[in-house]
Amino acid sequence: MLDKVKNVIIVLSGKGGVGKSTVSTQLALALRHSGHKVGLLDIDLCGPSVPFLLGLEGSNIYQCDEGWVPIYTDASKTLAVMSIGFLLKNRTDPVIWRGPKKTMMIRQFLTDVKWEELDYLIIDTPPGTSDEHITVMECMREVPCNGAIIVTTPQSVALDDVRKEITFCKKTGIKLLGIVEIFVCPNCTNCTNIFSSNGGVELAHLVQIPHLGTLPIDPRVGVLAGSTASVLDELPDSPTAQVLRGIVQHLVALT
Amino acid sequence: MQAPPPEHCPGVESEQAGQVSACAGCPNQSICSDPNKKREDPGKALVAAALKDVKHKLLILSGKGGVGKSTVTTLLTRYLARSYPDSNFGVLDIDICGPSQPRLMGALGENVHQSGSGWSPVGIDDNVCLMSIGFLLGSVDDAIIWRGPKKNGMIRQFLSEVDWGNLDLLLLDTPPGTSDEHLSVVSYLKDDSAPDSVHAIIVTTPQEVALLDVRKEINFCKKQQIPIVGVIENMSGFRCGHCGHSSEIFPAKTGGAAAMCAEMEVPLLGSLPLDPAIAKACDAGEDITSVKNPTTEALEGICSKIMSSFN
Repeated sequence: MLDKVKNVIIVLSGKGGVGKSTVSTQLALALRHSGHKVGLLDIDLCGPSVPFLLGLEGSNIYQCDEGWVPIYTDASKTLAVMSIGFLLKNRTDPVIWRGPKKTMMIRQFLTDVKWEELDYLIIDTPPGTSDEHITVMECMREVPCNGAIIVTTPQSVALDDVRKEITFCKKTGIKLLGIVEIFVCPNCTNCTNIFSSNGGVELAHLVQIPHLGTLPIDPRVGVLAGSTASVLDELPDSPTAQVLRGIVQHLVALT
Repeated sequence: MQAPPPEHCPGVESEQAGQVSACAGCPNQSICSDPNKKREDPGKALVAAALKDVKHKLLILSGKGGVGKSTVTTLLTRYLARSYPDSNFGVLDIDICGPSQPRLMGALGENVHQSGSGWSPVGIDDNVCLMSIGFLLGSVDDAIIWRGPKKNGMIRQFLSEVDWGNLDLLLLDTPPGTSDEHLSVVSYLKDDSAPDSVHAIIVTTPQEVALLDVRKEINFCKKQQIPIVGVIENMSGFRCGHCGHSSEIFPAKTGGAAAMCAEMEVPLLGSLPLDPAIAKACDAGEDITSVKNPTTEALEGICSKIMSSFN
């Protein structure tokens, strides 16, 4: 399983809609920007967002002798992507599956996809601490998993769920690489954060893991959805790019 | 150890159960293929008995997480409870891995008590009661690390062993997705003799990445034949309390919920703005439905549409 993959990083959050997929895609693009070969695996089976965020909707997966060929974003083949979104005929088709079928699919994604030599494989997950997460965690015992990045927004109602995810990581022995927090008004820099008060920093302090930075909700970044443009190329001076550079440095130093 | 189902299992409820090639060798093939042995889940009868005095059930759904399903559930319940003081409302949180209702309803740290007639839900107001797995956990840090079958068992217990009493409306707050929790709750609640007793509301935010998953959820409802009351668009505009600047945090590049509703042929019930004051109040579990603001004004319209759809 994942024989040619050097490092595996899981992007997790107990809460939905906090930006896991956006962080996953931009992190993959940022790692590629710094010269690495990157894979991105989307195991959110009921709500895959990665194909849309990278503008790869409608791509088809082909099978070769060694398994499924992931989608490459361009001819340089430096970013390989796999998602259930590529296997659906129609983008509005629901995937109405109970746990065992989801487990089977994720195992297939990890064993039957022909991942080439990769420096990093980023795994984007759905919210929760259930079948998908348990399956990935079980598989991670057999591969060089570096750990998990936790994504959150600062309001208490999100932090409640994120704390559960941290407990999950601790119980299952997944190393916590750090917390990424997303918030703030896009117009004024010192502005009230839109959801509620300072949460991520306190949480990082509480559970003693690094706070990797705060990403503002930046509509300019939202506009990049649907393309493989990295924030580092398109908006090199934006706060998002600065935080991403920091995370990449942090990860490269660890690995 | 239970053997996993075969890779292309058609599903036990499918007409082809036990008949297709994938079933060969499955230990359950004989059960699936024998029409006489097919029995209804005994839980369904228990649920029907426990909920016999609950007039209407409303599922709050969204394919996407973090769009405000729980917040909308709380706001709707509180607004309805205030507008219809003679009616009784119940809220059941079936988000097993990430329960939010105890915090939003201001009931963190409450306990549920067991009595002869089952678990007593937590009273929030004179005419509102709540049940959530959050009440059964020792601490916020406790994680529920369960696969599907255990979650299903818990949902069945919530539906059959909670003493809901007489309710005019039971609102069910769900996790994102179209998986175990959703299939279980629909199979337990759906009553073919009273197809109008279960309805669904879909919550979304305006950006395409959310609408994408929400379309899947609408198709889930259509496949499961759950009537959709309509779609609520949440976080549809943001006014910064600090600089007063209005911005589209989640730009509706594809026309937002209105365009999606037209495409999917479901009604749009209304839009709720992203208001930092509401977010703060929800975090603190405060009731803000008595204050007049753009959110409560929008709620008024949405609630009257919901109530009229039940008659």
